[in-house]
Order: sequence, then C-alpha cells, then structure tokens
Amino acid sequence: MDVTGLEVLDPTAERDAAERPLAGRDAEPRTIALLDIRKPRGDVFLDELEVLLRARGHEVTREAKPTFTRPAPHDLRRDIAARCDAVIEALAD
Amino acid sequence: MELLALVKHDCPVCDQVLPALDAAGVRILSQSGEAETAEQARRLGLRAVPELDEELALSERFDLEAVPAVLLLDGGAETGRVEGLHVARLAALAGRAGVSLDLQGLPEQRPGCASRTRDPDVAARLAARRARADGRIRSRPIAIGALEDPFEALYERGLTDGLPVVPPTAERVTAMLEHTSRDPQDVVGELAPYDGPATVEKVAVNAVMAGCPDEALPIVLAAVEAVCDERFALHGLLATTHPAGPVIVVSGALAQRIGMNAHGNCLGQGNRANSTIGRAVQLVVRNVGGGRPGREDRAAHGSPAKVGLAFAERLDETAPWEGLAQARGVAEDETGVTVMALEAPRVIVDQIAREPEGLCASLALALESVATPRLRLAFDAMLLVGPEHGRILREAGWSRERVQDELFARTMSPAGELVRGAGGVPEGLDPRWVSDPEMPVGKFAAPDRILLSYAGGDAGLFSMVFGGWAAGEIGSAPVTMSVAPWM
Repeated sequence: MDVTGLEVLDPTAERDAAERPLAGRDAEPRTIALLDIRKPRGDVFLDELEVLLRARGHEVTREAKPTFTRPAPHDLRRDIAARCDAVIEALAD
Repeated sequence: MELLALVKHDCPVCDQVLPALDAAGVRILSQSGEAETAEQARRLGLRAVPELDEELALSERFDLEAVPAVLLLDGGAETGRVEGLHVARLAALAGRAGVSLDLQGLPEQRPGCASRTRDPDVAARLAARRARADGRIRSRPIAIGALEDPFEALYERGLTDGLPVVPPTAERVTAMLEHTSRDPQDVVGELAPYDGPATVEKVAVNAVMAGCPDEALPIVLAAVEAVCDERFALHGLLATTHPAGPVIVVSGALAQRIGMNAHGNCLGQGNRANSTIGRAVQLVVRNVGGGRPGREDRAAHGSPAKVGLAFAERLDETAPWEGLAQARGVAEDETGVTVMALEAPRVIVDQIAREPEGLCASLALALESVATPRLRLAFDAMLLVGPEHGRILREAGWSRERVQDELFARTMSPAGELVRGAGGVPEGLDPRWVSDPEMPVGKFAAPDRILLSYAGGDAGLFSMVFGGWAAGEIGSAPVTMSVAPWM
C-alpha cells in the first residue's frame, strides 16, 4: 500500500474570511438608518419601523440601494457608517 | 572532462553496454530503484553497483530521450552524448575523456530504450515538479492520507458540489495548464460574494475537479471572465431566491474541436465537455468566490445551471444565422462564450407551423409565460431554436433581428389583461400604471432582450425557452467574451 497518500491542490482562494468583530453596541443608538434594498414592499415595512422608532425618540434616516441585485455602493455604506449609529435593512419582498 | 552514464534495469541495450562502462570505471547512475539496480549489477557481474539517479534529477536535467546515455561533461556542462548503442561514436566520445571502452563483440548500432523521464506518468510528475519550482503552480497542497478515500475526503472538506470530483493533483493541473498560453498566476476575475481572485491556476484546479477535458480550459476561462464581469451581477444572482444560474453558450470552431455537443441531446447527458464546462464554472464560484448553497446562495429551488449547464451552438450549413457570440461582437473567426443568468429550459412544441409568422406567434406564446405572463419588462429570455424550427426561419430568409422584432411585437398584451386581479390572479401590473386597458404592454424591454441561439438534433419540431432573472442594468445582463485571449 502507498503510505504517502495523495496530494491535491487547494481549489479555494486560500483566504479565510476576514475576522470582523461586531461593532460596539450602544444601548440606545441615537440615529438609525433604514436601508431599502429596492425589493417590492420593502418601503411598507420600513415606514412602519420608522413610525415605531420615532415614537421611541430615535432619529431616523431613510436610505436606499440603487438596485437589490447588487451590493450597496461603497459611498452609501461609508455615508451611513459616518452619520448613523445603527442600520436596519429590509431584506426582501 | 569526465564521462557520465545513465541506464535503467529493464533495458537490454543497457545490459549490453554496462559491463564495458563498469570495467572502464565510468560513473554510472541508474534510473531504476535500489533493488532492481543491485539485481542488475549482480546479474551482469559488475564490479560496482551503479548509483541511483534520485528523483531522476540528472535524467531530467539532461532531458534524456533514451538510455543507455553516455554524456561527456566538462565542469558539469555537456559537451557530447551518445544515446543507445553506437560502437564507433561511443568509442570516440570515451576517447575525448581519455577513457578506453572495450566494446568488442557488441553490435555496431542499436537504439536504446526510452528514458524513464519519457514515461507518461513520470513525465507528468516531473512537469508538475518543474511547475511548482518555477512558481507557475502556487496552490497550497492538501494531503489526503493513504487510508482516506480521496472522493470522500474532498467532499468532507466542502470542496465539491456533491458529485464525485477528479482529485486535482499537480500533475493533472499542470497538464491542463498546457492548453493556455496565459501565465497561471494571471487573474481572470474576482468572484463574488467574497471577491476571491480567480487565477488561471485556480480555474484549472476546479476544471480538473469538474472532469473537464484539458483542451476546454480556454472556454472555462472565458466563461469565468464573463461571470466576473460587473454587468453579470454574480453577487445578486447568488443572493437571490430566484432559481437562475449561469447558462453558458459556446459559439465557434473551438467548441467543435474539443467535441462539445451542438446536436441531439445538447442540453442532456453523454457529452463530457458539455457536462463539465458549466460545472467547472460553478466549482470556481463555490471554491474561489465562496458561494455555497443554503449559505450565500439563497435560491428557493435552484436549477440545472447551478450544477452546470453549457452547450455549443450548431453553426453548420443548417444554421439560420451567425453564432450568438459573433452577433454580440466576437470576431467571426474566433470562438465566443455567452453567459446568461437563466432558469431551467422548457420545451416549446409546434409541429404544425410551416411559415415564419406562425412559428414566431407560437414561440411568442411561450416567451410570454417567462416568470408569469403578468410580469412585464423585468425579465429577459433566451430562445434556443431547434433545427426544424430554424429551417423555417432560414428558408424564409429571416434575419436574427427580424425574428427578434417579430417576437417582440407578438409578446405585447393589453394592459387590462395584465392588471392585478384580472382573471382572479392577484399578481400583475399595479393598477396605478394602467390608465387605458387596451394599451399594449410589452413583455420584454427591447427586441434584443430576447437572445436567440441555435442547436439541437435534426428531427423534432421543438425549440427551448430559458427565462431570465432580473434583467438589464438593474439586474444581470448577458455577457459575451472571446475565448481568443485565453488560448
């Protein structure tokens, strides 16, 4: 028996997913972004959330991706990160 | 000046020459193993057992074709050689080193035996070793133990699509890389969702696993380049719950040369290239991009293209038009690959139509049903025209554009029939958009959003329709690439 076994090549990109620790959590985030990914009726869900959040005293900003088929543009992500303490994304129909 | 001889144990010509070399004190190395070499020395009554050419290092360095090989070296550099038995030339070569060989009684001339470096399995191993040493192959090696089943081991490591894969040894990958002139470290594209860089080498590793014929590599590379294109929106295609996956249409002579099927059962089983090219692309998506079903890939149902779906276009004298890739900009004498996000194909039966108008009306009915007849302008489609339908269009002299215009015009429906609630169906056009119920509403955004391809068996009055995913600039657009840069 061949005791050395078989050697194959790694088919992956050989990059372990970057470790991303969760962002710090404020007990009460002041400004919350509501991100519409442009799926039908996502706005209905976010409208309801906005009412609830404002009633609790949060600042709310409404944001939207250009299209649900692609990741949010870098500028949008950076902008939300700079202005807001938390983000809520409406994922689907 | 010194002589160096290379032999092997199972070569009768080596047996003939060895006693003379041994008697003259020539340094002899054997390509064979230790036991065989000792046995040969005993059998021939040699004074000394030849050294071993470990890992065939010298044989490879001097690129031997045959043994026995006697080389004349000057400070390590070769200044002459004789391969096989040639008494006069051997004596002359030895004379230049001041050595006298007793070659009496030997035949004047006899060809040697192939050097072990020329054995196919050994040559493959040596080529892989060179590729690693040169940096052409850089992938991390994965050791699979002797007690592990390689098929199970690769599956358990999450590297397969669930079907058995060909273990991607350095030998197999090196052999496949011979079929492109590109540097194995060239980056073909970055794969969503984790932006993994797909080098030519990584694509070849996955193509080997998929079982691709080596000569299909340029097609796989062009298809990977296409799915990495921004317009294709692979990230969204993976993340969506919609079933679409990348369908690969290959148009051009290379498809025929590597034996792709453009004829009967072209969407089915039995053809290695068709069955593996799409699979190779999907393994790249999985392994390099990180898109795995149930995790990043959120498809509710998926489709055959998620396993791998590729076919060749039939571009023979029966074809009604030039190839799809050529119609989309690839040079006539080049092979092109078109990749489009599509659902599973479905047959359109029309065995009665004999005129192009009637046939297009029939095909348009099926095109209306993509996703649901009620949704408009959101989906593109690809129509795979079968040869018996294609003949009707070809004999009528209808161009690709003429057929697209006809299909576009015939996939209009009155808004009142499409509005939400019409016929008791909740899905449909938002009533706020419908001011005139008679207003015709197109199914497709433009005639050229109905892609036409041509393939299939000679008999059967059928075509196939593939529905698209979210289309156009807001979604995924078909992408066509020439294979030429990857040859």
